[in-house]
Amino acid sequence: MFYREAGQFKTSYRADQALFPIAQDRYFVIAVVLAAFVVVPFVITDYWANALLLPFLIYALAAIGLNILTGYCGQLSLGTGGFLAVGAYASYKLMTAFPELNIIIVFLLSGLITAMVGVLFGIPSLRIKGFYLAVATLASQFFIVWLFNKVPWFFNYSATGQITVPPREVLGFLVTGPNASPAATYLFTLGFVAVFALMAKNLARGNVGRSWMAIRDMDIAAEIIGIRPLKTKLIAFAVSSFYIGVAGALLFAVWLGSAEPTEAFGIDQSFLILFMIIIGGLGSILGSFMGAAFMTLMPIFLKNFMVDGLGVQPALSEHVQIVLMGTLIIFFLIVEPHGLARLWQIAKEKLRIWPFPY
Amino acid sequence: MMFLLEATISGLMAGVMYSLVALGFVLIFKASGVFNFAQGVMALFAGLTLVGLMEKFSLPPWAAIIATIAVMILLAWLIEFLVLRRLVNQAPIILFMATLGLAYVLEGLGDILWGSDVKLLDIGLPQGAVDWLLDDYNLYVERLEVAAAVTAVIMVVVLAVFFQKTRIGRALRAVADDHQAALSVGISLRTIWVIVWSVSGVVALVAGIMWGSKSGVQFSLSLIALKALPVLMLGGFTSIPGAIIGGLIIGVGEKWAEIYMGPIIGGAIENWFAYMLALAFLLVRPQGLFGEKIIERI
Repeated sequence: MFYREAGQFKTSYRADQALFPIAQDRYFVIAVVLAAFVVVPFVITDYWANALLLPFLIYALAAIGLNILTGYCGQLSLGTGGFLAVGAYASYKLMTAFPELNIIIVFLLSGLITAMVGVLFGIPSLRIKGFYLAVATLASQFFIVWLFNKVPWFFNYSATGQITVPPREVLGFLVTGPNASPAATYLFTLGFVAVFALMAKNLARGNVGRSWMAIRDMDIAAEIIGIRPLKTKLIAFAVSSFYIGVAGALLFAVWLGSAEPTEAFGIDQSFLILFMIIIGGLGSILGSFMGAAFMTLMPIFLKNFMVDGLGVQPALSEHVQIVLMGTLIIFFLIVEPHGLARLWQIAKEKLRIWPFPY
Repeated sequence: MMFLLEATISGLMAGVMYSLVALGFVLIFKASGVFNFAQGVMALFAGLTLVGLMEKFSLPPWAAIIATIAVMILLAWLIEFLVLRRLVNQAPIILFMATLGLAYVLEGLGDILWGSDVKLLDIGLPQGAVDWLLDDYNLYVERLEVAAAVTAVIMVVVLAVFFQKTRIGRALRAVADDHQAALSVGISLRTIWVIVWSVSGVVALVAGIMWGSKSGVQFSLSLIALKALPVLMLGGFTSIPGAIIGGLIIGVGEKWAEIYMGPIIGGAIENWFAYMLALAFLLVRPQGLFGEKIIERI
């Protein structure tokens, strides 16, 4: 009833192949994007930007990246934290070595550098599959973090071993450093995320995305029908690492401001982002956003609920929070293993036929 | 030469400690195809429970160990009842994520129940160096590590007998081979899963005792799972001897690398070296040294 495509006739292939062929979808997405770009910057506060919106957007971008590799191409990876670190350190080195370089170019270049590193660590995937590969990607995670801790060149020989972002401007607005306004950092991040999400959506439904899915569903069969596993898998690693690299650069430069490899890019990050795509839905761009929203909002919600609502001691609440988080994850996996994106689909289906049962 | 020998022995001993954790992984992976990431946290949880029981109720070590075994069996039953039973036939990655969730739950639960401070575990295992080796040959070998090695050998023998000779062991191997075929000849998958998780809970307890006696029971104990993964990868996910031999290779390789490569490229390489070593083996044998050959059909 609310969500019916009856009467929406398509008269050209272009219209039929549009990103959102159903008008309701189209209007909804346009409304959300408009609200995000036009309304939110006027009402945003420091707390909202730093605690909610920036982490949500940045993790969504990283989740899209991992989803390309794991969700679309079926290569389970636990090295996300390491690739985030590569993006962050690449952006730091570029920013400090070439101060006059535009920061947008810096971020794109950091993405490219991460893509190259990703391809390098993706090479074993041609021979190793499944959980063996997952454990092998852990090698990249540990090696990269160790490298950034050990080689002083990466953190410009700073005494603390930390990297701190220098202030940079885009169109006259400060977007990095402690003095940047929340609206500017938010819009800057949102711009990146919106453009790359659109690109990912189109990649996934095009030739490349289809060959990824063929490899995911059965790699031998895909090879037989003429998809080259080498090329396809490495493209997936490259694109995925590019996204994760850009997310890492944003994470460090725009959100955190300063970072230290073991804390900011540890294995917990890898798992966190993996949870996002599982909870959100494997092989779904929308799911990446939903998963990122869920995993960034839930800890804040749990904490506020328990410490402020129930008056639990903060130390105890931390433990309870971990238990609850684990329980919720298991609960979600049991209730809907295909993630929030699948729930969204079911909801749309229900809306379509409402008020009739079928 | 003496130095190299000492390093090798200490590497072998460290390897045994890794194998103890890897064994638990292998058991569960073999019997249910679940990649159980919570194995390390299970070791932590078992260690915490053991120490907690000994401290709070001042039980003697043997009683506390029996009580902890009971707790681990109860835990296995709960896991089967609340989680695994509801995730039958899901993709392996979903089950893997569920065990990650489980790891969070156990970690938090252990902290809530027994507190998160570092605890000393002393159940009377021998400490210090082996005297006669130190006196006669000037070799420094930890007694605790010898005890761990002996325990590991006993455990492997017991497990091998259990798997090869007993009725339940045969059922376990049948399930590992083919779930559906096992079901069709009347083997109850649920019972088997409870048994397997209990056994790996006991293995986790042994690992928890050994690691806990060595470095205290604390949160970092759960990270030994990360040490066991390269062992697992190298030995093959499905092979019990693989877990042992993989552990020994990793242990010795790590020690040698620390001595000969460490000074050149700047220390603290133990975090990733094992992974790189395992990766090098995997490039030659993608299923690990002793893993079952991966046969792919269309």
